[in-house]
Amino acid sequence: MIDALGSPSSLLLVGGTSDIAVATAHRYLAERPLRVVVAARDTPRRSAVAAELTAAGAKVQVVDFDADDPASPGRMVAEAAAAGDIDIAVVAFGLLGSADQLRTDATAVARLAQVNYVAPTVVGTELANQMRQQGHGVIVALSSVAGERPRASNFVYGSTKAGLDAFYSGLADSLVGTGVSVLVVRPGFVRSKMTEGLDDAPLATTPEAVAEAIVTGIRKDRHTVWVPGAMRWVMSGLRHTPRALFRRLPI
Amino acid sequence: MSDGTLPAPHPSHARGGPLQGAVPLVGWGRTAPTRAALVPVHGDDDVRAAVLAATGRGVVARGLARSYGDAAQNAGGTVLDMTTSARVLHADLESGLVDVEAGISLDELMNRFVPQGFFVPVTPGTRLVTVGGAIAADIHGKNHHVAGSFGQHVRWLDLLTADGQVRRVSPESDPDLFWATVGGMGLTGVVLRAQVQMKAIESSRCLVDTDRTPDLDSLMTLLAETDHLYEYSVAWIDTLAKGRRMGRSVVTRGRFAKLDELPAKRRTDPLGYHGSVKASVPDVFPPGLLNLATVAAFNELWYRKAPKLKRDQLQSIPTFFHPLDAVGGWNRIYGPRGFVQYQVTVPFGQEEAMREVLDRLSSFGTASFLAVLKRFGPGNPGMLSYPSPGWTLALDIPVMKGLAGLLDSLDEVVIAATGRTYLAKDSRVRPETFEKMYDRLDDFRAVRKQVDPDGVFTSDLARRLGL
Repeated sequence: MIDALGSPSSLLLVGGTSDIAVATAHRYLAERPLRVVVAARDTPRRSAVAAELTAAGAKVQVVDFDADDPASPGRMVAEAAAAGDIDIAVVAFGLLGSADQLRTDATAVARLAQVNYVAPTVVGTELANQMRQQGHGVIVALSSVAGERPRASNFVYGSTKAGLDAFYSGLADSLVGTGVSVLVVRPGFVRSKMTEGLDDAPLATTPEAVAEAIVTGIRKDRHTVWVPGAMRWVMSGLRHTPRALFRRLPI
Repeated sequence: MSDGTLPAPHPSHARGGPLQGAVPLVGWGRTAPTRAALVPVHGDDDVRAAVLAATGRGVVARGLARSYGDAAQNAGGTVLDMTTSARVLHADLESGLVDVEAGISLDELMNRFVPQGFFVPVTPGTRLVTVGGAIAADIHGKNHHVAGSFGQHVRWLDLLTADGQVRRVSPESDPDLFWATVGGMGLTGVVLRAQVQMKAIESSRCLVDTDRTPDLDSLMTLLAETDHLYEYSVAWIDTLAKGRRMGRSVVTRGRFAKLDELPAKRRTDPLGYHGSVKASVPDVFPPGLLNLATVAAFNELWYRKAPKLKRDQLQSIPTFFHPLDAVGGWNRIYGPRGFVQYQVTVPFGQEEAMREVLDRLSSFGTASFLAVLKRFGPGNPGMLSYPSPGWTLALDIPVMKGLAGLLDSLDEVVIAATGRTYLAKDSRVRPETFEKMYDRLDDFRAVRKQVDPDGVFTSDLARRLGL
């Protein structure tokens, strides 16, 4: 259960090896011990994350999850819920892809759409079913400012995040009154393993800052958070920039 | 059911759907809403049907929802609304023994029996609690130091257990089940009926002495030295006073007046009684209105207006026992994020721990109104019953940044002093902390395992604390 002051007793990390997911677990563990379910492919990185979170005081459970496998989300949610209610689920998996490759490689585009859009909608549906039955719970979905207005430099990625964002925003409204809520998180450029080797964009942020925004957003019962907060106003400006001008912006 | 149910945004949820009649429910603190099917109870059969049909999410009974946290919530499961089962079944006006359905409120008991010369044996700061809830939380009042808690005035109770059977349980017939149920937060079964020993009174007026104390030391000394002279005793502390004035308080203590102690004009109707809600807080209360400045001003005024010392003042039952009941829905003043009540007790001899808790709460600077301090008398055999000999402190705190960490660290102080927190007020204690507070928790779990092996009776509180 999430208590009166917003502290959960369990946390499911879907895409459990993502830097933002791990930072969120650490942020909660700094306050209290809790049960953390790490859902990810069976990789050395998953074992490392499990060990790291155990050392930080978590009761860790590891569950297989593969975004390429259509049957995986249902199985994963069932396994995660078998040991008790899922208080908070963080949907944090995704690929950035190579913008150059995605411009021409249809197979790569299909894969990106599968991992970044199709799988998250299936996961969201399974989580909502589970939490509706629980009568409580919070789903946190990692969207991106890139989905707010896709730009030429990475529009395929942006379009998948736009789809994900629309799905979870709508899911949030459909769950009103069920005891379940959804928090859509829109970070800007996050310095993480996903963006390793890329140059910082303006207003670049960190997984820790995103984790902080998630925890605060849940405590304040928010539906959307931008990280950093100023991104909201930047993107609001960009969204209303005339197309002819937007296309020429160096972003 | 008028309290603690949030308006369901989709009317369709109230009819049909997978969870029939499902509504979001909260406690008095209006925090952590969860959804459950709320089933009105009109007799034993309704309860039995709900219990036998329970899914994996279980069942818990709910009264007037005055528990601050999640005790009467059951996410995804069934919550029985007991307030529809609220009759007086039998009353013996010689002995003061009354047989009632569990959903009856103390308010109704007073309306019925004060004019006949009987007061409830124990009342908390609100009379809007049910008898079932009073047993489940083993509530205490201003007379704990002489009368103990509510469970000690229950002669028997009818408990519907997980097997659908109704058992009449008394402290003699089945002490383990009785004392697991008293204070057991509804987790042993559903209390359907109980026999309560009422207290005989000659008048409905209280003779009240008021003292003002300038700091915590003088307060504790006054209470320790003279509490035994009074039947009812409580102190209200200004939590915003710091430094030298920390713990400045107004102490009100008294007893029911005898007939010949009333002024002549009152003797014609010595048992006259009117308990009513005079005003209500609007549903939308401006959140900014409660801030450090306005609350400090209120507390200052309240302290100054109290007499330094006053003796034998006649007060009505609502004025002396239930001042906040005059304002309906006062829990709304803390705004949409709700509030928590922190209530803890530490044994006598651990006054320093109490001082540290109060000191840290004062310096945290929450816009808290008054805190309540009281001395408990001996406890009872209730396995999860809260009162035990020592000091108990309670205060309301609006939900704010940093509060979770502060209260967690205060819990450490309380544990070190072998103290505990009150489940009826709790909405945030850590499960591993709670484990250290009640030394008879294992006995409670053993009884529960025996009468409810499949864990049919559960609640958000039970899940949160792994009870």
